[in-house]
Amino acid sequence: MADLHPDNPYAPDRFPDRNKPVVFPPEAKKKFDYILTRYPTKEASLLPTLHLVQEVWGWISPEAVLYVGELLDLSPATVFGVVSFYNMYNQKPVGKYHLQVCTNLSCMVRRAYDIYDHLCDKLDVQPGATTKDGQYTVVEVECLGSCGTAPVVQVNNEYHENMDVTKMDALLAELK
Amino acid sequence: MDQIKVLLANIDKPNSTSIDVYLDGGGYKAVEKALKMTRDEVTQLVKDSEMRGRGGAGFPTGMKWSFVPKNAPKPTWLLCNADESEPGTFKDRVIMEKDPHLLIEGMIISAYAIGSNPMAYIYIRGEFYYGATVLDKALDEARAKGYLGKNILGSGFDFDITVARGAGAYICGEETGLIESVEGHRGQPRVKPPFPAVIGVFGGPTVVNNVETLACVPLIINNGAEWFKSFGTPKNTGPKLYCVSGSVRKPGVYEFPMGINLKELIYDHCGGILGDRKLKAVIPGGASAPMLKPDEIDLPLNFDAVQKAGSMLGSAGIIVLDDSVCIVDAVWRLAKFFAHESCGQCTPCREGTNWLESVLDRIERGEGRPQDADLLLSMSDNIGGKSLCALGDAAIGPVISSVKKFRDEFMYHIEHKACLPETVRYRRLDRAVAAH
Repeated sequence: MADLHPDNPYAPDRFPDRNKPVVFPPEAKKKFDYILTRYPTKEASLLPTLHLVQEVWGWISPEAVLYVGELLDLSPATVFGVVSFYNMYNQKPVGKYHLQVCTNLSCMVRRAYDIYDHLCDKLDVQPGATTKDGQYTVVEVECLGSCGTAPVVQVNNEYHENMDVTKMDALLAELK
Repeated sequence: MDQIKVLLANIDKPNSTSIDVYLDGGGYKAVEKALKMTRDEVTQLVKDSEMRGRGGAGFPTGMKWSFVPKNAPKPTWLLCNADESEPGTFKDRVIMEKDPHLLIEGMIISAYAIGSNPMAYIYIRGEFYYGATVLDKALDEARAKGYLGKNILGSGFDFDITVARGAGAYICGEETGLIESVEGHRGQPRVKPPFPAVIGVFGGPTVVNNVETLACVPLIINNGAEWFKSFGTPKNTGPKLYCVSGSVRKPGVYEFPMGINLKELIYDHCGGILGDRKLKAVIPGGASAPMLKPDEIDLPLNFDAVQKAGSMLGSAGIIVLDDSVCIVDAVWRLAKFFAHESCGQCTPCREGTNWLESVLDRIERGEGRPQDADLLLSMSDNIGGKSLCALGDAAIGPVISSVKKFRDEFMYHIEHKACLPETVRYRRLDRAVAAH
C-alpha cells in the first residue's frame, strides 16, 4: 500500500550513503529524461524532479540538492529555496509510514485532533518527529481537500477518509 | 430545488474513468464539434453562456479568454488550476478522480479557443497523488485515440497536456503563484499588471481556468448557451458543484443549478445539523469567506447574492459549524492555516497573519486582554488590501466577520478565561503546535 517502501523498486537506495555520490538509478533516470521533454525550460522541470528525488530516496538530502542543481543548471541556493518553500518536500528523512493528519476546520469539528493526539501518545512521538524505530512520522497538515469525508489521514500518498480513533488503530495494525 | 446530475453525470457509472465509458456516453463529441467551428465562435458561445469562473472570483470565462492577444510574439498557454486547497473545498477532486476525460475534453476545446499550443498543464496539488495517476492514465488513453497529439482529428490543431504536481502550497492556487510554480520557482505571486492574459507563464499570454470551469465547456459546446443559461438566474448561470462539510449529517459534493438556497441545502439535502445541535455559523465559500449567522442563511448561493449578504461564494466550500464549536477556536484554526500558507513575500500578510493567530490563540487559552477584539480588527485593517495577492484579504475574512458577529462570545471568553459553557473542546491546548 505504501508507495515509498517496500514496494518501491529503488528501496535499497532509499537513504543515500553519504560516501556514495547521489545518482538516479536507471529507471529514475528514464523518468527524469521524460520530465525534461515535457517543459520548455530546464528550470520548469525542478518540481517534478524533486518529486522524483523523494520517490527514490524518501527525502531531499543536501547532496540531492547539489545533484539536482547540476542536472538542471541551477544554483544549490535556488534548488534549496524551492525545497524549503513547499511543504511536501521532506528536508529530513521520514518514517516508512508518513502519517499526515489533517486538522483544519472541517476535520477539526469531526474530531481530527483526537486522532492526532492518539497517534502522538500511542507511538510516543512528538508532533512532526519520527519514532525511534524509523517506522512512523506523525505530522499535522493543512487542508487535504477531502472535507466531505473528514477526518482524513494521509499515509504516504494514500488518503484514508472518514477516520476515527478506532479505524486509526486498525490501520496502524496493518502498517507494519 | 432538486439535485441535478449534469457535471457529475458520469461519476456513478462503473469504470467511469475509462475512455470507452466516456465515449459511450457521447464523450469527445464536443471536441469534434468545436474543431469545426472557428476559435472566435467557440469563445463567443462561452461568452453567451454567461459562465463565471468556478475557482472563486467568479470572473466571466469567455471574457477572460477574449483578453488573450491574437498574434502574440510568444506562444499562448492554457493552465488548469487543480490546486484545490481552500479549506472546505473538494469538488474538483471528484471530477479529476471520477471523470478525468470531461476535464481533458474541456481543456482541448479551451486551448483551441484561445489559440494555445502545443502544451498545457494541469497543475494539481501534490497531495492528490491518486488524482494525478488517474489523469495520467486518461491522458495516455486520449493520446492513443488521437484526441491529443499532432493534428487532432485532422483539424491541423496540435495539442498535448502534462500533469504538473504541486508540492503543498495553498498560494499556488493564486493564478500568478501557480504560474511561478509551473516555471519551477517558489510560488510567490507576481505584481499585476501585467495580467497573465498578456504576460503569463514562460513569458507568453496565459489563461488559468479552474477544473470545474473547464469541465463545463464541453457541456456548453454540446448543448448550447441557452441550455446552460436555463440553469440558475441571469449573470449566475449553469450547473454548480457545492461542497458541504463540517457539522452536517450528510456532508459531500452536491450539484444544483446555480443559486440553491443555503438553508434548504443544509437542512433538506444535507440532513441538518449533526447530533441535532443548533446551527451557529456557516462559512459559505471556503475558509476565506466571511461567516454568516443562522439568521442570514436564507439566501440563494450564487456569486451576487452571497456578495450582497457581505460574504462570498468563492469556491462554494460550505463549512457548517454547530453551537458546540467555540468560535474563537474555529477562527484560530483558520488563522493558523493562513499564517502557515502566507508565502512570506509581503510584510503585512507575512507578519499580520502570524499576529492574528497569536492573539486568537491567547484568547482561546484564557489569556486574552479586554482590548483584543478591537486589536484583531485593527490588525485586520493593516493587512487587508496591503499585499500583492488576495491571501491577506482572505485571512481577515473570517476574523473580521467573527469578531463583529460574535463579539459577545469573544468578550465572554476574555472575561471568563474560558469557552462558552455549551461548547466542547475539539483540541488539547497542551499539545505543542508545530512551527510553520
